[in-house]
Amino acid sequence: MGKTNPRTEGMPATSEECRTHPHERVPVFQARGLTRVYRVGDIEIQALRGIDLDLYSGEFVVLLGPSGSGKSTLLNILGGLDAPTSGFVRFRDHDLVAADEAALTEFRRDHVGFVFQFYNLIPSLTARENVALITDITPNAMRPEDAIRVVGLADRMNHFPAQLSGGEQQRVAIARAIAKRPDVLLCDEPTGALDVTTGVTVLEAIESVNRELGTTTAVITHNAVIAGIADRVISLSDGRIVREEHNAIRKPPRELVW
Amino acid sequence: MTALHRKLLRDLWHLRGPATAISLVMACGVATFVMSLCTLETLWRAQSEYYDRYRFADVFVRVKRAPESLAARLAEIPGVAQVETRIVEQVNLDVSGYPEPATGRLVSIPDYRPPRLNQLHLRRGRRPEPEREGEVLVSEGFADAHRLQPGDKVRAILNGRRQDLMIVGIALSPEFIYQIREGDLIPDDKRYGVFWMPRTALEAVFDMDGAFNDAVLSLTPDAVPGEVLRRTDDLTEPYGGIGAFDRSEQASHKFVTNEMSELRGMALVVPTIFLLVSAFLLQVVVSRLIGTQREQIATLKAFGYRRSEVGVHYLEMIMVMAVLGVILGTVAGAWLGASVAAMYARFFRFPEFQFHLSPRVLLAAAGLSLTVAGLATLGAVRRAMALPPAEAMRPEPPAAYGTSWIDSQRVFRDASPVVRMIVRQIARRPFRSAMTCFGISLAVAVLILGSFMVDALDDVIDLEFTVAQRQDMMLTFFEPTVGRGVANVRHLTGVLSIEPFRALPVRLRAQNHSRRLALLGLPSDARLYRIVDRDRRAIPVPRHGVVISANLAKALELSAGDWLTVEVLEGKRPVVHLQIESLVADFQGESAYADLAVVNRLMQEGNVVSGVFLTADAAHLNALYRQLKETPQIASVSLKGAALTSIRQTIAANILRMRAFNVGFACVIAFGVVYNSARIALAERGRDLATLRVIGFRRGEVSGILLGELALFTLAAIPFGLLLGYGMADLVIHMAYDTELFRIPLVVNRWTYAFAATTTILAAACSGLIVARRVGQLDLIAVLKTRE
Repeated sequence: MGKTNPRTEGMPATSEECRTHPHERVPVFQARGLTRVYRVGDIEIQALRGIDLDLYSGEFVVLLGPSGSGKSTLLNILGGLDAPTSGFVRFRDHDLVAADEAALTEFRRDHVGFVFQFYNLIPSLTARENVALITDITPNAMRPEDAIRVVGLADRMNHFPAQLSGGEQQRVAIARAIAKRPDVLLCDEPTGALDVTTGVTVLEAIESVNRELGTTTAVITHNAVIAGIADRVISLSDGRIVREEHNAIRKPPRELVW
Repeated sequence: MTALHRKLLRDLWHLRGPATAISLVMACGVATFVMSLCTLETLWRAQSEYYDRYRFADVFVRVKRAPESLAARLAEIPGVAQVETRIVEQVNLDVSGYPEPATGRLVSIPDYRPPRLNQLHLRRGRRPEPEREGEVLVSEGFADAHRLQPGDKVRAILNGRRQDLMIVGIALSPEFIYQIREGDLIPDDKRYGVFWMPRTALEAVFDMDGAFNDAVLSLTPDAVPGEVLRRTDDLTEPYGGIGAFDRSEQASHKFVTNEMSELRGMALVVPTIFLLVSAFLLQVVVSRLIGTQREQIATLKAFGYRRSEVGVHYLEMIMVMAVLGVILGTVAGAWLGASVAAMYARFFRFPEFQFHLSPRVLLAAAGLSLTVAGLATLGAVRRAMALPPAEAMRPEPPAAYGTSWIDSQRVFRDASPVVRMIVRQIARRPFRSAMTCFGISLAVAVLILGSFMVDALDDVIDLEFTVAQRQDMMLTFFEPTVGRGVANVRHLTGVLSIEPFRALPVRLRAQNHSRRLALLGLPSDARLYRIVDRDRRAIPVPRHGVVISANLAKALELSAGDWLTVEVLEGKRPVVHLQIESLVADFQGESAYADLAVVNRLMQEGNVVSGVFLTADAAHLNALYRQLKETPQIASVSLKGAALTSIRQTIAANILRMRAFNVGFACVIAFGVVYNSARIALAERGRDLATLRVIGFRRGEVSGILLGELALFTLAAIPFGLLLGYGMADLVIHMAYDTELFRIPLVVNRWTYAFAATTTILAAACSGLIVARRVGQLDLIAVLKTRE
């Protein structure tokens, strides 16, 4: 894996985590007692029922669970798109619960890269321009061309979304997400709309970003096979974390079959 | 209520913003249509009822002095139904407490019976009795202006003698619906009034025993008017007849008719603009709605709804918006119409003038609006009907963008992605973009259309009262006067300079065309009253021939250098041929000028004048007025400053009010177009915009993308709108204001352009900001979970 992340003094990790984790790392996210209740009409939906979670710098986490397990809600809260009903989330020294809408926007702008199931590219912009959209507003960004090269689409740079396959569009979305050199890359079912072969190329792109740039990466999926490529697999069910596993060796994406 | 109707109501509720905008724009169109046509019909009905009930005459005859026996001969002319002879004189008035001189028109009425023609409507008081000296009826306008009541007195100079006119009643006549002094541009009730006096009383004062100087005739239905006029002229010529004329040349009738043709022009142009805009908005909104409801349409069809039921469903939705517009427009139109009618009631004196909401007009407005709404959305509704269910189940295909010519442009290559987004979005739907631009430019155009009139009139006023006329007042004498009368005026207190003129009633003939008008003789070095064309160039007084209006030359089919026949209708009635030395492109369009010396030579008279223009020392005005009121030879005094004030007041009262209406209307258009464009842009690109928000764009930046596009449209629309407004103003001038009476110049000044542009930008900005607030309400999570 070749990651050499020095331990930071004062890291507020629990002793248990230090013991169970092979590497001692800085926790990027800290969440405690997260609950999230949606009210739809008269019905209350308990999406999260008390989640405690730490994400460490540079690690690759897969959040695994069936639909309705609360994994998207968790990701949205971590990404500053949603707020928990109770509990707290901290990104480094940012309290995400206390943050207002504008502060959350700044948080996303400065620290988070998103990859969505349906790519969400701007149809009127070419691949390069979609990436440039982000690099324009970020001070320390890559050149859009370099970001696109990372995902292996140098030759498709000037194509519009409608001229790209689903896998290519998702790789552009990844390039867009990483171009600002985010601290954390959050991927919501990135292969959900793709076939196996294409899905693998997309996962390879994500994996290589994590490996080469050291970006903390969280991928949510309902596909258990994908779990093999992660450092850590957190399984959710009915709004709770039900299992946590560590992979001693990360499987390369091209070995995955589903 | 069926489920489909519930859907209809809920969809409408969901679309309440755009639907309201559409209904409002449509309402503006309906309102102007209803206002103009109902006012037109109100005017028309009031006029024709008044004419019928009070027997308005068909032919008007002026003579110098004719024996009463001529009346019987006039009555014998085939086609003449009735004849009423009268004595009509212009006199100077002295109203107590009012320093400036005023002019009165004295009209005789038969002693013991109502007139056969031009009967009076007695508002208050009683008819004057011939036995009691000086009893008169006064016209309502003058009475109102001076708060005169029966029992009040007005002093007048009758044939050189001072006499008190005792007001016993206040009356109206179909002859003076619009009460304007000859030669004035706008009525001035303070300085001009009509008085009716028993015939014998007037005969005595003006030495007209058994004689008359004015006659009015009515015609039988089978009369040939031209023939009657010709025969009348033949009969009156020996008695100094200055040419009989029909209603088309009667001052009051001419102005009322003119107003009606203006209203008709307005009823065509302005509502058409609004209906066009609302049609466009409807088309865009309904197409968009049907696009987003593809799956719902497919589901309805899959469950067995017929094509026609789907079509009717959407048509009902469209009709709800249109009917709402019609109802709102009718209410607004009725209100505006009543307000315009009230304005007319101040200028046009009818016995009754009640705004009439014509069912015919309302039906036409409703029919027109619903038809336009239906036609505009026909294509979209048919697409909904034709949608195959299986295909419609799939969501609308995603927007396909490709490279276009614009990508190769140099400027574009360095543009930011946000700018590219905006430009490509515009370029992707060129038709809709163009229509949006066009819609906004119509708002600009409506503003210019509603405002240019003030500019145009300002221009006329400035030209007329500053460049051409430099006198302070104009005096006319009862009789053409020789030098001594002029000298008397020169020696009045406060008179600084004078300049004589001669106004000669003539008939100009060229082949089979002829025109009656006053030929104005001016001194060759005229300074106080100059011949000036539309470009403010002074044209020298012709040395031997005449200068006539370009418009008049056109009507006579003559050009500069041609000769025309001048029949003088006064004195020895000479007929001479004069050459047109040059044409003057002026506004009033019916002027003819000659050298005063030439006029006097052709009249075989010495140094004779009809009046003088004069400038006066402002410090001595009241003294001068007092002397003028006591000078018997002076028939009338026209004060330029007073005329100017009265014109400005009229403009303020009427045109500025219309302008306010138009500003309101234009704001509705600009607001409606921009609001709808923004709403649709938001709906179509909500997903893109939400994505940008998720990946870290600030709310302001995302709003900027949405508003940037609208700002571009607005900025592009403005220059075009300014041009369009100029063009429409030109069209309106041709359709409504290019009458023989008065030609309004096409003048739009810089402030009006700036006003139109600024108002449109403000209206657009307001609506844009309202929509931009919705950017904050975008559902960031939902948008990520749905496929486009």
